[in-house]
Amino acid sequence: MKTRNFLLPVATAGILAITLSACGGGGGGTTSGSDAASQGLDGRGPITYVQGKDNSNVVRPLIEKWNAAHPNEKVTFKEQTDQADQQHDDLVQHFQAKDAGYDVASVDVVWTAEFAAKGWLQPLKDKMALDTSAMLKPTVDAASYKGTLYAAPESSDGGILYYRKDLVPTPPKTWDEMMSMCSIAKTNNIGCYSGQFKKYEGLTVNASEAINSAGGAVLDENGKPNLLTAEAKAGMANLTKAYADGAIPKEAITFQEEESRQAFQDGKLLFLRNWPYVYNLATTEGSSKVKDVLGMTALPGKDGPGASSLGGHSAAISVYSKNKATAVDFLKFLTTEETQKFFATQGSLAPVLGKLYDDKELVAKLPYLPVLKTSIENAVPRPVTPFYPAVTKAIQENAYSAIKGEKTVDAALSDMQKSIESASAGQ
Amino acid sequence: MATEVGPTSVKAPASGGAPIHHAPKGVGEDNRIATQGRWAAWLLAPTILALSVVIVYPIITAIVMSFQKDAGLDPATGLFVEGGPAGFSNYYNWIFQQCPAPSGGTVDCPPGTLGAQFWSATGTTFFFTIVTVALETVLGFWMAVIMARAFKGRSLVRAAVLVPWAIPTAVTAKLWLFIFAFEGIGNKLFNTTVLWTGSEWPARWAVIIADVWKTTPFMALLILAGLQMIPAEVYEAAKVDGASAWQRFRMITLPLVKPALMVAILFRTLDALRMFDLPYILTGGANNTTTLSILVINQIRQGFNAAAALSTITFIIIFLVAFIFVRFLGANVVEQQTGAGKGKK
Repeated sequence: MKTRNFLLPVATAGILAITLSACGGGGGGTTSGSDAASQGLDGRGPITYVQGKDNSNVVRPLIEKWNAAHPNEKVTFKEQTDQADQQHDDLVQHFQAKDAGYDVASVDVVWTAEFAAKGWLQPLKDKMALDTSAMLKPTVDAASYKGTLYAAPESSDGGILYYRKDLVPTPPKTWDEMMSMCSIAKTNNIGCYSGQFKKYEGLTVNASEAINSAGGAVLDENGKPNLLTAEAKAGMANLTKAYADGAIPKEAITFQEEESRQAFQDGKLLFLRNWPYVYNLATTEGSSKVKDVLGMTALPGKDGPGASSLGGHSAAISVYSKNKATAVDFLKFLTTEETQKFFATQGSLAPVLGKLYDDKELVAKLPYLPVLKTSIENAVPRPVTPFYPAVTKAIQENAYSAIKGEKTVDAALSDMQKSIESASAGQ
Repeated sequence: MATEVGPTSVKAPASGGAPIHHAPKGVGEDNRIATQGRWAAWLLAPTILALSVVIVYPIITAIVMSFQKDAGLDPATGLFVEGGPAGFSNYYNWIFQQCPAPSGGTVDCPPGTLGAQFWSATGTTFFFTIVTVALETVLGFWMAVIMARAFKGRSLVRAAVLVPWAIPTAVTAKLWLFIFAFEGIGNKLFNTTVLWTGSEWPARWAVIIADVWKTTPFMALLILAGLQMIPAEVYEAAKVDGASAWQRFRMITLPLVKPALMVAILFRTLDALRMFDLPYILTGGANNTTTLSILVINQIRQGFNAAAALSTITFIIIFLVAFIFVRFLGANVVEQQTGAGKGKK
């Protein structure tokens, strides 16, 4: 008797709980991504813009300006954390929940393909089309998947080769030229070259640059891995050889952006591959030893400028948004010349519009722009694939082993190839 | 800590009849017991409800998901499509390190895939657990013995010892990252040029050192609680009988502190088995410091269902370890040590 008395309420509670949580979690799957993409195209009204932490206060003034001009279609800013991984996971959760409250989201260039293949991003075609003719082509490519534009390029980024003007008379144009200048580093008792070689996203950037600059490619145009080529091998070998013979100092395998910048600013490196943000810090920080001797040039390649990996963000519209007409207008607003200029001056974000790189006023303020333009024009997006998380892991894991000398270049590339094949094979 | 209100205080009314034992046995007693039992059950219901929502439901969902295939790409449209039922293949693939082959079927996971890291991650997890818990037990015991003595400024020492434990793990990891940087204090202080986060054994030791620094205080506090429950008379009697300091430690302190010690070790072991933030921030999992939890997080970004299978495997491993502790090593968490704390990092 007692047991049965006891069980009844408990069982009721249990069943209630399961039902409750089922209601909360399931959500039903009434609209699939492709249906949702045809709805709300003419919707106008308030929308939300989602982006990572607005460190240099660029977004708020822009949104205020937009809101003043569009009182009935106000934009609310939803600020995420400053961690890229967390931004990614936050977006995934909201898209999976078909959240209509995430109308426009700022998407890192490497996530575009994944989100597009999941059916979460509104294709920007037909009614939703966007004029991209004034934009730098690599930024448009990085926002496209299978030939369709899924996001509006918002800001860009590319690698720059910083060098010591006092020690290097003419900046190197090719990798071999740069390596031949390492004797200068030796006589001055400093390291020759460094990028970011810790096992993290930065290593994918550096390894892809090495491969692309030597004429290879991580993926072919059909998205299949293409690493078993002489060019890819030459590119990887450039890195492993430089590390083995000391041209890249041994501590570089613990470097992220900041550590490598610090080493360069302390006068311990002759060449540094890094992003444009280094310019401001290296020329203004009191402790910087390279303040007056900072040179900038395009990344070295095989016969000319190398192929930088592309950074930056694009603005995408969620398929679950109800006010897509407003959202498209907002995307256009983000890519106007005026807005792009504001991004550059206020936030040091590289514009996506080619002509701004020749704007005298801007160049006076951001002297790295001409070099950056070369860099972005020659840039290759990091592998555009919906399996990017697996692809970047495969590159990091094997490039790291190869640089440390635990694997031959051939073995590393073949393992990379097989890992990427396996990742895209599905199950 | 011993007075902390734990889950047992909620359960207390459920054990029923105790308070009415003094009443004379009468006809109404059976009835009263039944009423009380039902009353207790209704009182318990909200707790059960809450537990079902926050514990049972996620676990069941994870298990259900682990039997689904991850979404695959439809080559024609370039869009992801649902994977369908997977049977045990997700589990099989992890344990036998199988990865999908381009031509269909599976192959041994090539290095660079997460699947290839399952056994090494399991090994690393257990390696970290055994080494850190052993070091923490010894150091924690030592600290507890010191803190148990009466001396001037004892409260200050106790508070100071707690500081590392009070710092969030992610912050600790960042602090040690600076210390272990190539140009960091670690190398400067000892005039070395070790690549702490760049080569295998230094990277492992970096994680171990940071973890021991952080969690020894937790161990010390739990052991201290046990030490203080030993009555001073026992030691006095032993002294009178002529027992040496070592004998007193071995014959009195150790057996009497054992229940508290086992609970402390159990909590730390379970904690260490799910170690994540320290290696993730310090080394990013490079140089064989990838633990099972890191592998789960990495897999989540590549496919939820395989990640669900992996977290279920991790759950089973941790559950087995806890079971062995409670069943065979006599870690009695529930009955005697109700207030021993909640193993929270």
